[in-house]
Amino acid sequence: MLSKSQAKWFFLIATGGFSGVFLWLTVDTVMQTPERSNEENLSESVVRGKFIWEDNNCMGCHTLLGEGAYYAPELTKVVERRGEVWMRAFIKDPQAMYPGRRKMVQYDFTDDEITDLIAFFTWIGEIDTNGFPAEPDLAPAPVYVAPAVAGSAPAPDTFSAICIACHSLEGSGGNVGPALDGVGARYSEPELRAWLADPEGTKPGTAMPNLNLSEADLNEITSFLMTK
Amino acid sequence: MTSLKYKSWLVAWTFFATCMLLLVLQITYGFIMGFAHMGMDGLHEWIPFNVARATHTNLLVVWLLAGFMGSAYYIIPDETEQEIWSMPLAWIQWGSLVLVGVTAVIGFHFNWWEGRKFLEIPRPLDYLVVVNVLAFLLNIGMTLWKAKRYTTTAMTLLVGLVAAALLYLPGMITFESQVYDSYFRWWVVHLWVEGVWELVMGAILSYLLIKLSGVDREVIEKWLYVIVGLTFLSGILGTGHHYYWIGAPEYWLMVGGFFSALEPLAFLGMALYTVTMARRGERRHDNRVALYWAVGTGIMSFVGAGFLGFAHTLPQVNIWTHGTLVTAMHGHLAFWGAYGMLIFAMIAYALPEMTGRKLFGGWLPEWSFWISNIGMISMTGAFAVAGIGQVYLERRMGLDFLETQEALEVHFLALVMAATLFTIGVLMFIWNFIQYGMPKVAEEAAPVPVAAK
Repeated sequence: MLSKSQAKWFFLIATGGFSGVFLWLTVDTVMQTPERSNEENLSESVVRGKFIWEDNNCMGCHTLLGEGAYYAPELTKVVERRGEVWMRAFIKDPQAMYPGRRKMVQYDFTDDEITDLIAFFTWIGEIDTNGFPAEPDLAPAPVYVAPAVAGSAPAPDTFSAICIACHSLEGSGGNVGPALDGVGARYSEPELRAWLADPEGTKPGTAMPNLNLSEADLNEITSFLMTK
Repeated sequence: MTSLKYKSWLVAWTFFATCMLLLVLQITYGFIMGFAHMGMDGLHEWIPFNVARATHTNLLVVWLLAGFMGSAYYIIPDETEQEIWSMPLAWIQWGSLVLVGVTAVIGFHFNWWEGRKFLEIPRPLDYLVVVNVLAFLLNIGMTLWKAKRYTTTAMTLLVGLVAAALLYLPGMITFESQVYDSYFRWWVVHLWVEGVWELVMGAILSYLLIKLSGVDREVIEKWLYVIVGLTFLSGILGTGHHYYWIGAPEYWLMVGGFFSALEPLAFLGMALYTVTMARRGERRHDNRVALYWAVGTGIMSFVGAGFLGFAHTLPQVNIWTHGTLVTAMHGHLAFWGAYGMLIFAMIAYALPEMTGRKLFGGWLPEWSFWISNIGMISMTGAFAVAGIGQVYLERRMGLDFLETQEALEVHFLALVMAATLFTIGVLMFIWNFIQYGMPKVAEEAAPVPVAAK
C-alpha cells in the first residue's frame, strides 16, 4: 500500500513536472502569438479601443473570443457580421435600434472613440481562433428568391448594412420593422425621403431611429426603395 | 466551555460573519440579473447588467477569500496549539479587506473598474489587495514558524494560500494585445479555482475529517497528498481548455482537452475520500450538520466542478457551448459545491466550538442544508435548459441573438424560483449562525469588532 512519503513524492513530482511543461508551452505560445494575431496590425487605435472596451466593462454583458457575460451578443466577428456603418449607428444610440427590447447602456462615445472600438473589433476578428465561433451547422439552407423585377438594381451598401438588420426584403432580413416589399407602391418618393431623414418628425413616437443618413445615402436608398 | 480556547478564534468568527453578509449581497445582485434575463430590467438606469455581474462575481471571490482566511485563523491556532502571531495585525487585515471590497463594489456602480472578467477590481485597489494578503500570510507564516509544529494539513493550507497570492500577480500586468491579456488572466482565474484553491479545499476538508471522523491523521494526510497531486497533474495543463479559441496555438485543443478531462479525477478522489473517511471513523463527532456539509462538499464539487465541467470541456463540444449560458450552469454548481459548501462546513463545525453552545443538529441547520442544495441543483437545471437551448437556437441554427434570448426568458422564471429556494436555505443557515450568538470571550479579551455589533 502507498505510504505517506510516496504520496508526498507523487504530489511533488506531478506538480513540478507539469508546471515545467506548462511554462515551456507558454514560451512557445508567446512566440507564435504575433503571427497568429497579426501583431503588425495592432495599431495605436486598436490599443485605445481595447482600453475603451475594458474601462467600460463591456465584458460584463458581451463575450469577446467567447469570454465575458451572456447577456449581449458575441462580438468576435461583429465587424464581419454587421459592418462599420451599422456599428456606428448602433453604438451612437443603442436603444433606438431595438426599441422596447433588451437595453445597452448609452455611452455617448465620441466619433473617434467609436473609430477606435471598431479598429479593435476589426483586429480581433482577424485573429486565428482555431475556428471559433463556428458557422451554424443546422441552419436552414438559404432560399434563393428570384428578383421580382428582372434586371432590378442591386441594393445600396448602406441599405444592406443597416436597413436589413430590422426590415426584410424579398424574404430575407430582420423582423423588427415591417417588410419593405411593395413600399415604392405605397409611398411617393418625397414621402419616403422625408421619413428616412426624420422619422420622429414625420410620425411622432415611432420606433424607427434617426439614422443620420448622408444626402447621398438618402438619395440612393430612396430611389432603390421606389423600385420595390 | 466558559471561554474561547483561542482568542484568535474571535478573528475567525468575524471573518465568517463577514462571509454571511457578503453572500447575502451577492445573492441580491444575482436576482437583479435573473430578472433582467426575464426582460424585467427596471434597474437598468442605476444598476445595468455589467454592474450587477461584476458585483455578483467579485463578491463571490471576496466572500470565499474571507472564508478561507477565517478558516485559516481557526485551523492554524488549533493545529499549532498557539495563538495567532499578532492579533492587532489580524484585525487590521480584516478591516482593510472589508474596506477594499466595499470600495471596489461601490466603484463598480460608478464605472470605476478594469473590465476583465473576474478581475474587475481597479488597478490601484489591486495593490491594496496584495498588501492585505501579504499581511495575512505574514501572520499565518509567523505563527507556524514560532510553533515549530508543521502538520501536513497546516502546511498544505499555507502553500495553497501563498500560491494563490503569487498567482494574483500575472493578473496585474497590462497587455496591449487581447490574446496575451486573456492568456495570463487565466493564470489567475483558472490556476486559482482549478489549482491552488483545491489545495486550500483539500487542507480544510482534511482538518474537518480528522476532527469529525476520528480517522487517524496519517491516513487522512496521505490521501490529501494523492488528491492535491491529482489536482495539479490535471489542473495545470488543464488551463489549456481556456486557450482553445483565444488565438493560442492549435495544440492547446489536444493538451487542454486531455488534461482538463482528467480534472474530475481529483474531485472524484475528494468525494470518495470524504465519504470513505466519514464512514470509516469510529469516534464519531456529535456535530452531524458539519459532517453533512463536509461530505456534501466532497460530492457536490465532483458533480458541479468535475462532472459538469467535463460535460463541456472537450473542444468538439466547447466550440458550440463556449460563451453561452452553459458556462453559467457549470459555474454555479462548481463554486457552490467546491467552495461555498466547504466554507459552510467549516462554519458549521467551528460555530459550536467558538461560541461554546454545543447545539448539534436540530431542524433548522439540517433543513438549511437540504433546501439550499435542492435550490442550487434546480438552478443548475434551469441554466442547463437555457444554455442548451441557446446553443441549439443561436449557435447551431443561426437564430438572431435577441430572438434566442427572448425565447429563453421562461427558463429564467424557473431559475428565479429555484434561486428563491436556495436563498431560503442560505437565510436559514444565517439565522442559525445568529442564534449561536457571539463567541464567549474571557474578560481581558480583544476589543469587540465593529461587524459583530
